[in-house]
Parts: sequence; C-alpha cells; structure tokens
Amino acid sequence: MFPLDMAAHGKSINYATFFAIGFGFGTVLELAGFGNARKLAAQFYLKDMTVLKTMFTGILTACLLIFFTASIGYLDFSKIFVNQTYLWPGLIGGLVMGVGFVIGGYCPGTSVVSAASFKLDGIVFFIGTILGAGVFGETVDKFSGFWNASYTERLLLSDWFGWSLGATVVGVTLLALTFFYAAEKTEQYFRTPDAPFSWKIGNRAYVASAGVALAVALGIWLNGQPTPEQKWQHLGAQYQSLLDKREVFVHPLEYVKTWNDSAVKLVTLDLRPKAEFDAFHLDSAQRVTFDQLADKDFVFELDQLPPQGVVVLVTNDEAEAVRAWQRLKVQGVTNLYILEHGLRDWEPLFSHVASLHFDLAKPPAKVLEQFPKDAYTIKIKLKTSRRAAGLCS
Amino acid sequence: MQSKPYINPYLAGALLGVVLFSAFALTHSGLGASGAISRIQVAATASVAQSHVDRVGYFAAVGGGDRHALDHSSVMMLIGTFAGGLVSAWRNRRLKVEVCKGPQISNTTRLALALVGGVLMGFGARFARGCTSGQALSGGAVLSAGSWVFMFAVFGGAYLVAWFVRKLWN
Repeated sequence: MFPLDMAAHGKSINYATFFAIGFGFGTVLELAGFGNARKLAAQFYLKDMTVLKTMFTGILTACLLIFFTASIGYLDFSKIFVNQTYLWPGLIGGLVMGVGFVIGGYCPGTSVVSAASFKLDGIVFFIGTILGAGVFGETVDKFSGFWNASYTERLLLSDWFGWSLGATVVGVTLLALTFFYAAEKTEQYFRTPDAPFSWKIGNRAYVASAGVALAVALGIWLNGQPTPEQKWQHLGAQYQSLLDKREVFVHPLEYVKTWNDSAVKLVTLDLRPKAEFDAFHLDSAQRVTFDQLADKDFVFELDQLPPQGVVVLVTNDEAEAVRAWQRLKVQGVTNLYILEHGLRDWEPLFSHVASLHFDLAKPPAKVLEQFPKDAYTIKIKLKTSRRAAGLCS
Repeated sequence: MQSKPYINPYLAGALLGVVLFSAFALTHSGLGASGAISRIQVAATASVAQSHVDRVGYFAAVGGGDRHALDHSSVMMLIGTFAGGLVSAWRNRRLKVEVCKGPQISNTTRLALALVGGVLMGFGARFARGCTSGQALSGGAVLSAGSWVFMFAVFGGAYLVAWFVRKLWN
C-alpha cells in the first residue's frame, strides 16, 4: 500500500531512496535538453515549446498515476503531501521567478543539471540561486506578514472549483491536451510561417496517446474515489493496533489537560443524539452526525488544522466512536482521539472535587491538581509527519 | 564526436511523470531542488559565521545550534539530480565546457545575467515556497490550487519580460 514509509527503514535506506529519485530526475531533465539554457529560453520565443510539453506531460502523467492508484485503493491520497496554498506570496514569487527564468535561462533544478554537464552559465546561475536564497533569509522579517498571509493548508483545485476529484482530473487532462495542441500549432506556425496552415495533428502516436490519457482520466472519474469505508478495508490494518492497544482512547483528565493547554488547538466532535447534547455537553464541543464525518467540506476543515491541532470524538457508544474514528482516520485527519467511555465517567469522576465550584462543561486546569499524577496514562502525541514532508519549505 | 539529439519532449515528460509518481509513492512528497539550495546557502554561511545562522530565524530553523543544514533528504535528492545529469550528459556526449547563450551577446554578459537571474530565482523560490520542481511539478500533479496559480505566474512573468530581453536569446 502506497505511499511507503522509507524513513522507517533507517536513514541510509531513506537517503538512498532520495538519491535514486534525484538521479532519475536529473537524467530525465538532461535527456529532455533542460541542461541547456538556449533550449529552455526558446519556450518564451514560441519557436520551441519543449518546456511546456515536457512539464505538462510530466504533471499529467503523475496526476493520472496518483489518482488512478488512489481510485483503485492502492494509494492513500490523504497521506500524500500537498503543497500548502499561500495564494499571493505564490503569485508574486512565481512572477519574480518567471523574470529570473528569462534573464538567467534556468530554474533551480535545471541549473543543477546544466552545471553537471559543465555549462559555465549553469554553474554561475546555480551560485546565484544560493545567493538569492540568502538574500531572502536576511530580509524575510521585513515582509513576513505578507509572506504568511492568504494561507490554506490543503486546498485542491477540486475544493476551489467545487468539483469532484475525478472531474478535476478530467479537466486537467483536457487543459493539458489543449496546451499540447496549441504548442504543436504554434511551433508549426513559427518554424514554417510560409507553409499552408493545417488544423490536423499528423502524428498518429500523439493522437493515440492523447486518447489513452483521456480514457484513463474518464475512468478515474467514473470509478470515483473510494469511500472512507472502502479505504478502511484497504488501509485499516496499519491503524488497527492503535485501537486494539487503546492508544487513541483519552482519559477525561487528559482531555481537561489538553483543553487547558493553550499550545494545542482542540476540536471536540460530539456524536451523541441531539437531546443528550442539549441536556449536557462539553463547552468546547460541536455536535456532529455520523453522516457528516464523510462530508467533503466538513473533513476539509479538519484537514486544515495546524500540526498542534487535536481532534477528540465524544460518544457514549464505543462501537460508534470506533467507526467514526476509522472514518476520519482514512480521510487524513491526524492527531485523532476518542474520549474514553464518552461522558459516562465525566460527572462521577469530578464529584469529589465539586467543592471547587466549577462548571462541569469546562473544568479548569486547577481541577487536575486534585488528582494523583498517575491517575491516567498520556495518550496524545502530536504527529506531524504528513505535513512536515514538503521538500521545498 | 557529435552529441546525441535530445529525446522527444512528450516521452521525456512521461518519464518525468513516472519519476515524480515514484517520488510520491516512496516518500509521500514530490520532487524538489530549492529547499536543498537553501540548505547549501545556510551551510556555507555557517562555515564562516555560525553565530549569524543562529541569530537569523529563517536560517536557524535548518542550521541553527547543532543542526547540520546539509543532513537532509532534500540534499540527497539534489546530489542525485546532479549525478543523473552528469551521467546522462556523459552517455549522450554532451559533457562540454561551454556557455549557453544567444548569438548577439558576449560570454561575460551572459554569465553576469545568469548570476542576476539566479539571484532572482533563488529569492523567488523562497518567496513562493518552492521552485519549478517543488511547486509547479509536484504541487501541480496533486492538484494543489496554490501550485497551479504559481505555475501560471512563472509563465506569465517570463512572457511579460521575454520581448524586452529578446536580444539575449535570439
């Protein structure tokens, strides 16, 4: 089941994996001609559209492979790192890079390949990128407000447009094929301006490949992405031991401690029926139904939580709590826990400290002092592995 | 001996896509180069002035105290990229000391502009939190909205100034 966790096999294997992937990357860039600034810059003078063709074929191929394997249950997309969206910094940084691209002739990755094949301009450009990164680090304090603004943790095009993932994949495929067609016709026009213009694509292999890409995209759309329950069938085994060893069941006192910890962003989801919720609920809790836990928009919000975000499920029915936990876990919600025994233990637990006069719906931290230190075992461990995976930040 | 021609751009793209998919399947994340470049910069600074690295928050995060900026998987990927480029250029007889430039400018002009472009790229890549590989390719494939905006911004920025600097390349 992918993605594999190479880091679990030790540092040398992990590093060897990264080296091998880099080796493949460098080889392909060199084979495509991206070690040569003339070839890259030609893109912007419309005579040679290699950059656009290769980039979008790469994106499309990887995109189809990712969502095809996810669609048939072989890849857990919720574990795949998705670059955070910082809309305006990304836009401004992109414009600056575009200018740097035309003036300097490379981007960071291609300058490495250029330097590797002894191109002096590539070596100088690469040194320039190191200096530029330094300039950024020295000055970022002056614009860190803007740099950290317009942020969404995991915003997909599908979320943005309100489309399904499958429909978005089809959209991206059609966009890429349109670009390829335009690239072919542009090259044809600029290379042989005097020849009679034809709308046809002569190369049959191109037409056939485009057909295959579109068919795969439509297949992904039709097949849909697996439901949380189907994903649990495929992926559940790796999480089952957490449930069996009760490592995700949080004692009420640990809940109180977490709640009073200002460093933690706590989200409490109460699954009990409305009547019970209205009679008594934790001050921080929001009521949700089991169906809501599969709702795309609802889970989207949970996936935006920062690394120090913790989600705790509350219900008096443990079987329901486990089903809810499974449902959210396979949708990528990290730091997910269950309040042990729901609220059944709540009132009796605090009965002997009632003299402190506090609101049972929000016990303050001082209540904890009335209990022995070993009254419970700590279960909440903040895991941030998925979010920490970005290579560029 | 004549160097071999570059391969078909779509074939190269398909191979690139397979490499990119492998990166996701084996490491959770995609390809990248600029993160490692930033680490090289921090390591270089640390070798002459560790105290400066410790003081600047952005540098300290990767190379402060007893952290070694270069001890990171992204640096391994960058070394791999270099090695792959080297071997491929060697096998295809493209290893040659030269300056890639347009016919109208001198080597000195080209190298100076490569440096300027590199600085802009290095700065921009930190600003955008990723380069063409880490943002556009990797984020593009997993449909990150921000990465798509970034990608069009790169092409937009390049096309905006391309006409004004056409003498550099044509």
